[in-house]
Amino acid sequence: MAVTTSSPQAQVYARTVFFDRLRKYLFFAMLAFWAALSVAPLYFTLVFSFKPVADVYTPPIWAPIPFTLDNYITILGTFQLFPRWVWNSVFISVIVTAFRVLFCAMAGYAFARIEFPLKSFWFNLLLISMMMPGVVTLIPSFLIIGPGLIRGGLQLGDLRIPTGFGLIDNPWGVILPGMADAFGVFMMTQFYKSFPKELEEAAMMDGSGRWGTFFRIVLPISQTQLITLALLTFQGAWNNFMWPLLVLRSPEQFTLPIGLQWFRGEYYTLYSVILAGSIFNTLPILIIFFVFQQYFVRSIAATGSKEG
Amino acid sequence: MRTRTDRRKWVDALNGYLFISPWLIIFLIFSLISLGYAVYLSFTEYNLLRPPRWWGLEGYRRVLEDELFISKALPNTFKYVLIVVPIQTFLSLVLAFAMDQNLRFQRFFRTIFYLPSVTSSVVISLIFIWIFAPQGIFNQITGLTVNWLDDPRTAFYVIMGMNIFTTSGTLMLIFLAGLQDIPLAVYEAAEIDGANGLQKFFYITVPMLRPVIFFVVTVGVIGCFQVFDQIFVMTNGGPLDSTTTITYLIYKWAFRDTRIQMGQASALAVILTLIILAVTLLQRRVIEGSGSGAER
Repeated sequence: MAVTTSSPQAQVYARTVFFDRLRKYLFFAMLAFWAALSVAPLYFTLVFSFKPVADVYTPPIWAPIPFTLDNYITILGTFQLFPRWVWNSVFISVIVTAFRVLFCAMAGYAFARIEFPLKSFWFNLLLISMMMPGVVTLIPSFLIIGPGLIRGGLQLGDLRIPTGFGLIDNPWGVILPGMADAFGVFMMTQFYKSFPKELEEAAMMDGSGRWGTFFRIVLPISQTQLITLALLTFQGAWNNFMWPLLVLRSPEQFTLPIGLQWFRGEYYTLYSVILAGSIFNTLPILIIFFVFQQYFVRSIAATGSKEG
Repeated sequence: MRTRTDRRKWVDALNGYLFISPWLIIFLIFSLISLGYAVYLSFTEYNLLRPPRWWGLEGYRRVLEDELFISKALPNTFKYVLIVVPIQTFLSLVLAFAMDQNLRFQRFFRTIFYLPSVTSSVVISLIFIWIFAPQGIFNQITGLTVNWLDDPRTAFYVIMGMNIFTTSGTLMLIFLAGLQDIPLAVYEAAEIDGANGLQKFFYITVPMLRPVIFFVVTVGVIGCFQVFDQIFVMTNGGPLDSTTTITYLIYKWAFRDTRIQMGQASALAVILTLIILAVTLLQRRVIEGSGSGAER
């Protein structure tokens, strides 16, 4: 009430308050709009995965009417490849994650704590390799995993050394190159560098060697960081497409993303089934995301600020 | 004493290499040797059936004379980067700025915004194919009758829009972390000097965030130059090659065409790497150069 009767200053103040509030509402409206947009595709997918195959383009779009479980029955029961794809995806993602977390922690620890010859040389190579676009090594990596760089192997006198792993159409062909990666090593190195040494030094004094210290002290104290890396890795492996597409050839070996894409080509009229399958691909990551949300946020924040 | 430190040095050297060996082996095989071999292959003719045959720069010449590369893949890729990177960077920055205004439900929004990034590229592509089908939900809501993904005028833009949509959430979180590092005192000082919201955004937020912006743009550029999954799933480079990008062309030449040309595909991969390198360096100069007036 004071405002109506008052001095110019008070009027300016009232105006500022008004604009402040207006701005807040505008920002809020913008965020709400983007939130609705972010949820929409998944929401529609969920709705239509519970509608009959014939209704895949039929309104209403907001609710599953008429409701059916047929699509889920098809992928879980009738179509037997689907559970295999889920299993293949789980198998590959879990193993890639386990190896990568361990190997990145080991290398990161060494780069942060141990003095060894050529250390900075290797670390600089690691930094450069982070900038290298993955597509340039695609063809040679494919040859190494599969038929080999040199057909029939490298002939050294009587010795014939194979130059490829022969792992085409084998889950290990997907797993092997994913077992370590530059970014993970870099992230762990930065973490261990910022971490106080005292605990480890005490353990070393007590006579544990490097390995004992690493497994008993270092790994447990870096738990948070390891979980963060594990989540990033798992999500990447679970959603990976291009590499498994090249390596895996027969439908029994497919991972879920490759399988869903293949399924669309074979049965493009059963789009509701694809939507139900998509839910299976998204749900595990979504659950993991909700449970470990703060780790995801940490990991993303970490990627940004470290580079700066 | 001397021998003891010597011994310690040896043990450290041995342990150091043992600790990095799993990463090092994978790095040597799949990065270093692979890179070297890619460069070698780029100077050869190779179709997997016969051993690679050295032909010098012929592969590069053929790439540069290839109609599909010159008139489709190259311009498409640049168009894609030039449209997607600025929009996703600006959009995610604005969203992060809005979230940083201490609004209610911040946690809620943060979670929701990240959802599209959690979904795999294949799944989101399959969903968008369905949403943008002629009878799909998008046409139902808007009342349009466009055949989005079969029309060479629209298909590429749908893919661009989808990728902006999926990456903005992640980038927004990166910006938000950067924003929360800016000391409040700076904003308060500006307020005392009478700066309004827009001025604060352009004269404080943007300059203070320069390193984060550089990071987000770099990641965006590297990623966008290699866009593949969505194109493979949604359009296979079509209609009329309107969505063929360089990475898709590499894949096509090396793995899909009936006449496999791994040498020529490697030459294109090397060219793409050089393009990415050049653009990254250029962009670093632009972002750092434009800040020469400011502090830091």
